[in-house]
Amino acid sequence: MAEFTLPKNSKIQPGKHYPAKGAKNPRTFRIYRWSPDDGQNPRIDTYEVDLAACGPMVLDALLKIKNEIDSTLTLRRSCREGICGSCAMNIDGTNTLACTRAISECASGDVKIYPLPHMQVVKDLVPDLTHFYAQFASIKPWLRTQSPAPDRERLQSPEERKKLDGLYECILCACCSTSCPSYWWNGDKYLGPAILLQAYRWIVDSRDEATGARLDDLEDPFKLYRCHTIMNCTRTCPKGLNPAKAIAEIKKLMVERRSA
Amino acid sequence: MSTKDTVMKDRRNPLKTALGLGSSQSGVGHWWTQRVTAAALVLLGVWFVATVLCLLHADYATAHAAVAKPWNALLLIAFVLTMFWHAVLGLQVVIEDYVHTRWKEVVLLVAIKFLAVLGALACVLAVLRIALTP
Repeated sequence: MAEFTLPKNSKIQPGKHYPAKGAKNPRTFRIYRWSPDDGQNPRIDTYEVDLAACGPMVLDALLKIKNEIDSTLTLRRSCREGICGSCAMNIDGTNTLACTRAISECASGDVKIYPLPHMQVVKDLVPDLTHFYAQFASIKPWLRTQSPAPDRERLQSPEERKKLDGLYECILCACCSTSCPSYWWNGDKYLGPAILLQAYRWIVDSRDEATGARLDDLEDPFKLYRCHTIMNCTRTCPKGLNPAKAIAEIKKLMVERRSA
Repeated sequence: MSTKDTVMKDRRNPLKTALGLGSSQSGVGHWWTQRVTAAALVLLGVWFVATVLCLLHADYATAHAAVAKPWNALLLIAFVLTMFWHAVLGLQVVIEDYVHTRWKEVVLLVAIKFLAVLGALACVLAVLRIALTP
């Protein structure tokens, strides 16, 4: 059955408190901590950060904590401008990117930060995305053609190119997939919103000649049809994309190529 | 299970795991049938509720006579068959979503189909007995 409670060794314990002495504008961050090395249960550590000496984004606060308060805090980050997708985590109850989420936008009170939900945790805020990336590879996310390679670029009309808008911007941060209850319960087989949006990106590409094969690969009760239009994916996408619509378009194409 | 354990027990390439047994080449039929039966149930449901409301406070003989009318009997059978069909498609989704022990999943999926067919046959038999008894 689906798991509705955490296993014993995943139950969260109270953690350490790091007060900010003499802070002008303190804000409290409650952060999930777990290390694979110490045999302890996960815990929530509480950090007070002086916002008077900190950048505006949640990532700024996390890096300030790592640099100045507790260097053991572990997280992924790279571009700090919402294009690499590394710092995806659950902030203030929503999956989003720490670098594009302003501290001032978080609900009043403590800012709660957890790793992306329902994934194996490598350490602290770092989830194991191995299966997610393997699912991405499984849809063959590259241009597949049968016609001989032309001497020049494969052309697209502006209208054809326009169909990729709202799809090509996906940075594979996994916010949407890990917000989806269907992906939580059946993520081993269900591809999830991010990968299905990527699949649709190649299905609608006017230059791709493997559309039928791509639809064949998706036509499965688990790979595609675990989507029950819950819409968490669209609500949480930090890039403002609509994976639920992409999935609906795939379902429409599935019907279009068969007899009603 | 920690990541380390997974690595120890599973030496396959992650892509092998993600590909699994491949696509079953089904699912679109289920999805489409669920929507078609839902649309049919909107119409049949409205007719059914209206018919039942008309029979409020009616005595047994009146209700019996109403069911025996050919159009009513036909639509009642259509309603019951569509309803059981739609219900079994919906239950199938719930079981596939939440039951992750394969043998339990298979037993339940087969059981709901048997029960739905049995229920539908019983309802059809009941309507036919009323409709065809002089």
